Amino acid sequence: MEYKGEHLLPGQLGHFFLVLSLVSSLVAMIAYIKANKTAALDEKQSWIRIARFSFLLETVSVLSIFIVLFYIISHHLFEYEYAWKHSDKSLQFEYLLSCFWEGQEGSFMLWSFWHCVIGWVLIKKAKQWEAGTMTVVSFAQFCLSTMIIGMYFFGHKLGSNPFALLRNELNAPIFSRPDYLSLVKDGNGLNTLLQNYWMVIHPPVLFLGFASTIVPFAFAYAGLVNKNHDWVKVAIPWSVFSVAILGTGIMMGAMWAYESLSFGGYWAWDPVENASLVPWLTMVAGLHTALIYKSSGYSLRSTYFFFIISFTLILYSTFLTRSGVLGDTSVHAFTDLGMNFQLLAFIGVFFLPAMYLFIKRYKSIPSIVKEENTYSREFWMFIGSLVIFLSAIVITCITSLPVFNKIVHHVSFLQKIFKNAFAQPEDAEFTHNQIQVFVAIILGVLTAITQYFKYKDTPKAFIRKKILVPTLITLVITILVIFFGGISYNKKGPGFLVAIHLAIFAAIYAIVANAGYIWLGLKGKIKAAGPSVAHIGFGMILLGILVSSGKKSILSWNRTGITTLEKTKQEDPAENTTLFKGIKTDMGNYMVTYVKDTVNQRDRKRYFEIDFQPKDGGEGFKVYPDVIKNNKGNEGFAANPDAKHFMAKDIFVYITSFKEDDKKDTSSFKNGTIKIGDTVFYSNGFMVLNKVLVNPEEQKAKLGAGETGVFLDITVTSKEGSLYKASPGIILKDSSSKRIVTDTVVAQSLVLAFNKVLDKETGKLEIGVKENKSMATLLTLKVLEFPLIKFLWLGVVVMVIGCAMSIVQRLKQKSKSAI
Amino acid sequence: MKKLHVVMLVLIAGAIASLLIYMGDITTYETIASAKEKKGKTVMVIAKLDKATLNYDAIKNPNYLTFEATDTLGERMKVAYYYEKPYDMEKSERIVLKGKMENGVFEIKKKDGILVKCPSKYKDDKDAASKKLETASTN
Repeated sequence: MEYKGEHLLPGQLGHFFLVLSLVSSLVAMIAYIKANKTAALDEKQSWIRIARFSFLLETVSVLSIFIVLFYIISHHLFEYEYAWKHSDKSLQFEYLLSCFWEGQEGSFMLWSFWHCVIGWVLIKKAKQWEAGTMTVVSFAQFCLSTMIIGMYFFGHKLGSNPFALLRNELNAPIFSRPDYLSLVKDGNGLNTLLQNYWMVIHPPVLFLGFASTIVPFAFAYAGLVNKNHDWVKVAIPWSVFSVAILGTGIMMGAMWAYESLSFGGYWAWDPVENASLVPWLTMVAGLHTALIYKSSGYSLRSTYFFFIISFTLILYSTFLTRSGVLGDTSVHAFTDLGMNFQLLAFIGVFFLPAMYLFIKRYKSIPSIVKEENTYSREFWMFIGSLVIFLSAIVITCITSLPVFNKIVHHVSFLQKIFKNAFAQPEDAEFTHNQIQVFVAIILGVLTAITQYFKYKDTPKAFIRKKILVPTLITLVITILVIFFGGISYNKKGPGFLVAIHLAIFAAIYAIVANAGYIWLGLKGKIKAAGPSVAHIGFGMILLGILVSSGKKSILSWNRTGITTLEKTKQEDPAENTTLFKGIKTDMGNYMVTYVKDTVNQRDRKRYFEIDFQPKDGGEGFKVYPDVIKNNKGNEGFAANPDAKHFMAKDIFVYITSFKEDDKKDTSSFKNGTIKIGDTVFYSNGFMVLNKVLVNPEEQKAKLGAGETGVFLDITVTSKEGSLYKASPGIILKDSSSKRIVTDTVVAQSLVLAFNKVLDKETGKLEIGVKENKSMATLLTLKVLEFPLIKFLWLGVVVMVIGCAMSIVQRLKQKSKSAI
Repeated sequence: MKKLHVVMLVLIAGAIASLLIYMGDITTYETIASAKEKKGKTVMVIAKLDKATLNYDAIKNPNYLTFEATDTLGERMKVAYYYEKPYDMEKSERIVLKGKMENGVFEIKKKDGILVKCPSKYKDDKDAASKKLETASTN
């Protein structure tokens, strides 16, 4: 059948480049293997030429695939499934890129793109290591291109093709019509949670981080194959780069979670988060053992191991997030594309050969038999690396629980032992925190002291003299924090609180000691201070994490309408407060008002204006959290938080539900007679008149000059047992003019008016009661306070600057030594 | 033995100990029937929401959600959740609940105690998508 209106050329081009990419990366790999094996210089050169040309073709293909897919998405060609699934016509231009990485195919392409960039840097810079390292990179490119080739081999689908046509992927009757495309008016759109600017830049940075971990792995592989261990020095700047970029990528993800997700924080130990944290940890460990090897000759074997395992863990995280295995435990894993076997194979083809070579060569990898001196830098650095590695193992084990369940599910004798599948502990976050807080203590202290040791041996007096001042300063600051910091996170018992304070000490120690080292150890030589700066950044991150979570508090504890009939449950969470439009609500140190909401046409979000007035008379502020209507078959709204940033803290607000009043007010007042002590019933409860007040203090603001106000003090008790205060009143200026001031109990949809005094002698008054079931425009929201969170973000920046400084310094050293 | 080895052993022991602590805290997936037997013990239950029973009124109490859930074996239980209603709960295909049975009610006192699984996020994506196309074409 001829279909009308389809644009098939982009898809055909895309297919062509997919196949070209597959073939050229394979040719590049084979040519590099040959080049690496060949000793004769001429022949080696010709293999390298072939390999480079193939890698050029590969790069061109990857770029072309990228451009073609972008063309399809930006031109809204919904005959392609990818465009239909991940974008729609109303999307802003900047989010078109986010559509790319919403799907698995696009994120594989992004990864592949960074491998190309890294590949060319290696071709330019790696010299004798080019053939060995590029073998690995080309092979990775080959594997990645199989992920998006989307072909069937012996009935098994290999990869998922981003250029698949909608009519080939779905079965729907409309495809029997030649003009089906005219019925497909719009795409499904981008997931609302991804419509955030962090989602435009976080994935590229994170995937550059992922891609960068291949370089130390490739060097280790090349070292093992060629039995040549001189690569470590060349690989160190790469490994620093990887630590910096992967770290930045992870923290940008945390930023996104903080600004866009409504789980109320930047880190939740979600399996997807853990999966990218763990390779970062092992990369940090590998970097430090590599430094040890370079300066002292120890730890070469562990360096090999750490670099191999880091890239493997990147592949493992790919498996975890893309296989659907985390479906029940994670809030943001990819959907299952039915490629689980392929993803597992992806891990195996890198890990198994590398481990095989590692074990085979283990004996021949040089190591020093003599014991490390306790007064040497390498001794403490190694312990630090080991702690990081063990922490990574523990996190991996916990994160892999769903994988364990899957294995049990497939093996019958295991099924007999483990009858019920395992699940996360009740408090999954605390499970991690209680372990990692001790890791933080050890690492903080090691980060502080280790630079003061010299490689091989350090005079004892030297250490004692140098480290004394930073230690004393840290002790003073920590004592101040203990007494004035007000960190009283006692939900988990005093033991955990002590551990938090110890960790705060360690974090401050890391900052102070490393800052001190720039002067005491390096005599102010800033150029050489890269590592110290990076360590200061690390200390700041630790401190930021500890304080912002240890002192995080919920401001929106529900205080209104406290019910008296139900038993008061102190331990129950009540984190949401209801705000009625235009009504001030008490919230801890603030009076909070929901002022208005507006719909922004451009980003299709509804912004709520929430006004905060501090009770102590300080300056008020407004925050604008928003909601966006869900798409992709999900009803309701997704909430985007907003935060007011202060120097020392963030006030973080998000909407948890809202209800609009769309009906007209049709009900009218019913009048009744009342006197002090009397009870009046309404449909949902009753109210009691407690007393009559003349010019009460709290109503003064309503009175003009020369006016007298008479107000009623009424307690409303609802059927549910909730108590509310109301005080309607009359304001008199002279005998002729009178104003009636109504009061509202919004939670009960109740408006009260004090109409007039009926009889002064008996104290009989007339009040009006109006019940309006639909009057409330309301929202419920959650307000959190994160102290010192700026410190955390700043720490990341400082750490990256430190890493950059040390890369620059190492490259300079290298070029000097080359001359 | 080298000093480094001593330290290594101590650290590894620490790592194993922390994993053991973790294993002690671990919960299990249960059916509604077995969750009812294990009163007061935190468990995970994969269930389906009975939409007709969903009760949440932000005016009365924004921190209280009740509903009934059934599992594939046909058992039914009452559930109470002390936070706001998760966003696309009504559309959920199934829900993963973490809590404990107390007085005949499955009490969920952790914010992450409800994980909503929506059809569009799942493998049968294609069927759902086809349906959507069909309705689009009939409109």
